[in-house]
Amino acid sequence: MNSEEKPAVSCRGITKVYGAGETRVQALRGVDLEVRPGELLMLVGPSGCGKTTLISVIAGILDHDDGECELFGRDLRKLSKLERTHYRGEKIGFVFQAFNLIPALTSAENAAVPLLINGVPMEKALAKAVECLRKVGLEGRESALPAQLSGGQQQRVAVARALVHEPKLIVCDEPTSALDHKTGQLVMESLKSVAMARDRALVIVTHDARIFDFADRIAHMDDGRIVKIEEADKAAALASL
Amino acid sequence: MIKIAFKMLFGDRGKYLGIITGIAMASVLMIQQPGILLSILNTVYGFITDIALPQIWVMDPKVQTIDDSKPMLDTQLYRVRGIEGVEWAVPLYKGNQKVRLANGETVNSIIVGLDDSTLIGGPPVMVEGKLADLRLPDAIIVDETGAKGRLATPSGKKGEPATPLKIGDILEINDVRAKVVGFARTTNTFQSQPVIYTTYTRAKTFSLDERKLLTFILAQPKSGESASIVAARIAKQTGLGAHTAQDFKKISLQYVFDNTSIVVNFGFVVVVGFIVGAAVTGQIFYNFTLDNLRYFGVFKAMGATNRLVLTMILLQALLVGFVGFGIGAGATALFARATQGSGGLSMRITAPLLLGSGGAVLFIVLLAALISARKVIKLEPAVVFKG
Repeated sequence: MNSEEKPAVSCRGITKVYGAGETRVQALRGVDLEVRPGELLMLVGPSGCGKTTLISVIAGILDHDDGECELFGRDLRKLSKLERTHYRGEKIGFVFQAFNLIPALTSAENAAVPLLINGVPMEKALAKAVECLRKVGLEGRESALPAQLSGGQQQRVAVARALVHEPKLIVCDEPTSALDHKTGQLVMESLKSVAMARDRALVIVTHDARIFDFADRIAHMDDGRIVKIEEADKAAALASL
Repeated sequence: MIKIAFKMLFGDRGKYLGIITGIAMASVLMIQQPGILLSILNTVYGFITDIALPQIWVMDPKVQTIDDSKPMLDTQLYRVRGIEGVEWAVPLYKGNQKVRLANGETVNSIIVGLDDSTLIGGPPVMVEGKLADLRLPDAIIVDETGAKGRLATPSGKKGEPATPLKIGDILEINDVRAKVVGFARTTNTFQSQPVIYTTYTRAKTFSLDERKLLTFILAQPKSGESASIVAARIAKQTGLGAHTAQDFKKISLQYVFDNTSIVVNFGFVVVVGFIVGAAVTGQIFYNFTLDNLRYFGVFKAMGATNRLVLTMILLQALLVGFVGFGIGAGATALFARATQGSGGLSMRITAPLLLGSGGAVLFIVLLAALISARKVIKLEPAVVFKG
């Protein structure tokens, strides 16, 4: 990272508490994390360690209680709710574990949704979506409904959807956990080859050790904290175990 | 996103058809029942509206409705003519007499006796023949529905349809010969009795046993005079009842409202239709939105504002409301057309009725949409990362 280049994500002392009294759960206990532009960072750790809470905070869909979280130098908490919504729509792409494709829409229409939300006309949005679907290897499947696609194909439609509006940050929640090994590898390959760009960062929450070798760094979480961050070589070694 | 909202709606075909059916059924109930009620109420005052020309109706002060026959002495006509502000006044007889058919059956019919010289009070539309033909000997004009229905000549053979009356046919009214010279289209009467028009003088020959025959006096105020003021003057100076046509219509309707539970009963069905429609539509639409809650959450995470999501839900609701109401109104109109002219009570589908029921449907779908939307508006986009 250039010394003048702002980090894609910069979290300092992030805390988040759910509930109160007996039901109080401290999900994040002062998380410090930086993600660089052009980097693919994986967040790993046991269930309930706070991974999902952390990417929700990073993606601006959940308010943290304390600390600072900036996206490309911008503190989302200082934006109004509406501004934050628009910021998310323009700068962030999402990939979900359960794909979350609209069953009644074709692949192209599903992939075009972020552009349509941003007010791009349908025709233009569909053309861009078709281009993205081609990039993730789904040429010729533009008119297929989700039910007509395999799990891997559906996740690749979701990847196209996350990319279509050219966001600066893509957050993925367990993108391969619903897929078999081979399909998971294919999805990760298309995600890495198509999504990675110099000015774009990817944060992936995963349990799936089989995809660790796609990471530039792996941040290990436990009990609401980042306990260890490994660089690529170590991550690859870990994946080969 | 509008197209996406509609595709989401059509994609869940079962729920879409369920909502449409619910709204269509509610629309049918909310159009058909008031339509029948309007039709029945129309029969109550139809005789008044059929007679368009006179603005003032004069009658016995005890008369409560158009069907309430309390004849006056003929001399009252001259008293009314003498009231200041009255341009003209003519007699009108309205009573019931038995009409004997060719097979000996008798049919109770309404006899209307018109002023011999002017024939004011005649039927609004002549289907066949001319009103002036009433001046021919023994002449009568029969209403179209009666001529084809209850006054039609029986075939004498079981199962064979009766032959409708035709010009030149002879009937017996209270044992007095009457010759059909024409047919008219009139508003059906409440009891679906045939209506027979004749002259006032001839009506007297059909009703020899009655001492007083002057049922109503039809009067017109002089140009520039207010009908209601002249009516009040007639009432004051003669002691008779005198109302403008509009007021007499209201009085006749009020009599029905006060003495029958017709409005309450029909109103009850309409309210039930509204409640059932609202409940069914609301429930299915709510379920539809709940089923799509995850996707709305995805939209919100991806940058959709609450306003955009609310617009999508409202448009979905308006579309199902529009289609459901269209199907319901269309089905009711087809039913009304299919039963029209059958001799029974046809329903009246008026623009205010369609506007009113359309407004009720709009209320139902907007309510369903707002209840559903509340859940979506409150939805935190972070829900998308929850399994």
